[in-house]
Amino acid sequence: MARKEYSFYPGCSSERKASASNYMVSVESMCKTLDIKLNEIPDWNCCGASIGYAEGGELPRHVMNARNIALSEKNFGNQDIVATCAACWLGAKESQERINHSETIFADINVILKDAGLKYEGKQKIRHMVEVLIEDLGYEELGKPVKKPLDGIKIAGYVGCQTNRPFGVDGESFESPKYLDKLVETVGGTPLEKYEEKVTCCGGALAFSEPEKSQAQIKKIIESAYDHGADMIVTPCPVCQMNVEVYQGQINKKYGTKFNIPVTYYSQLMAVAYGASAKEAGLDGNIVRATKLEEIAAKK
Amino acid sequence: MTDLNKVMVEKYRNDFLKEVEANVEEGNWVKMCMQCGVCSGSCPLGPHWEHPPQEIFMMIRAGKRDEVLRSESMWMCTSCYNCIVRCPRELPITHIMHGLANYAHRLGIAPKLNPTRRFAKMFWNNITAGGRVNELKLSVGLYFMDGFASGIKKGLEMLPVGLGMLKTGRLNPFGLFSGGHCKGAGDIRKMIKKAKEIEDKRKGFAA
Repeated sequence: MARKEYSFYPGCSSERKASASNYMVSVESMCKTLDIKLNEIPDWNCCGASIGYAEGGELPRHVMNARNIALSEKNFGNQDIVATCAACWLGAKESQERINHSETIFADINVILKDAGLKYEGKQKIRHMVEVLIEDLGYEELGKPVKKPLDGIKIAGYVGCQTNRPFGVDGESFESPKYLDKLVETVGGTPLEKYEEKVTCCGGALAFSEPEKSQAQIKKIIESAYDHGADMIVTPCPVCQMNVEVYQGQINKKYGTKFNIPVTYYSQLMAVAYGASAKEAGLDGNIVRATKLEEIAAKK
Repeated sequence: MTDLNKVMVEKYRNDFLKEVEANVEEGNWVKMCMQCGVCSGSCPLGPHWEHPPQEIFMMIRAGKRDEVLRSESMWMCTSCYNCIVRCPRELPITHIMHGLANYAHRLGIAPKLNPTRRFAKMFWNNITAGGRVNELKLSVGLYFMDGFASGIKKGLEMLPVGLGMLKTGRLNPFGLFSGGHCKGAGDIRKMIKKAKEIEDKRKGFAA
């Protein structure tokens, strides 16, 4: 039996050939090393994301999340629900809070789910993968399997918004959370001592609808990482990862900058440090190649 | 003016605060605002709001119904939740802004051309069609939002990004032809429909 076992909500971006498919690849590798078993919620659906409110309203949005929670309860009973995506985690947690807080919404939800043969109880904890790592295992335990420390790599810990606000990780501040830096240290990398844009918003979904306004945000996030000598940026959120990585070319064109900085997931750093190959760590999914990580992964 | 909007104007007369409290998500918090301005100062897109959150709260109390609901302001929210965690009175500001935007959209008086309103609508239709996001359909839909010619232009601008995603296996080239991903997509659509009916009834939106 695995050391830890959870009900798992991977989310849309983690699917094969989707924008964060490489995040999923690296999570699988990391969890294998740590002996964590993830039981995927059968036929899970989208959480509605942060932009779903405009057309979805309240109850339809909560129904989307309630279906996932009910499916988890049905299949994996009392296991905590773990999400790797910041928006999935936030959406599910937010809906659970609202539904449990109101008898009316709770009753409405169950009337709606009943037709599909489902029942919502909402008793399970909904957690981000990062919480599982640092709360259920702890930094010391996470450091034990390190075979190839990320010596000499300077990494900007970009936490962003939705794994940090409004819920955040227990014991961390909203303005300057430290867990990502501690994870970097745990795998032998060097976190930035100072990083002003650590919790700055990348624009989220507005990167699509208001690209200029979002790219001005992204520019600040990258510039600050460069200013403090970072070799790469690391993040726990698929939207942050994509926004900060893929628009570098457009930003360079517009502002005359020469950005070309890799943006990785914490799970990629951990997978490489644990001895995974570049492919197992999903490094082939990075558009701006994380060459320093690739070199370490290639070492025997 | 759409019918629902007329109904609401008649029903609440000049009491916009009461209307917001009854119909807008978390609207009952609005009267708790003490006008400190921390929310406005904390918003990443703050300078782009015609009326930042602090102003919106005061305008609601002052009965500026049209100025609030027809504003582009709330559509600038990136859902970063900075305002929520910094508000000294712990108002769920992000949700109130979402709620106002959703209400204006529902009444049919939100700015027609606002790109975030249109994108949000496309997104919701995208996820409720198959249960999960179809990223290719969503991006292509976004580029072609303003017609074919401008779609081609935007598509070409975005081509390097798209090719990067494709090359690294993060975009499904056949996404345009594949349908929904969830086996329970039909169930999901039924559930959403029912949820909408219940919500409309509770808020007095139903005919």
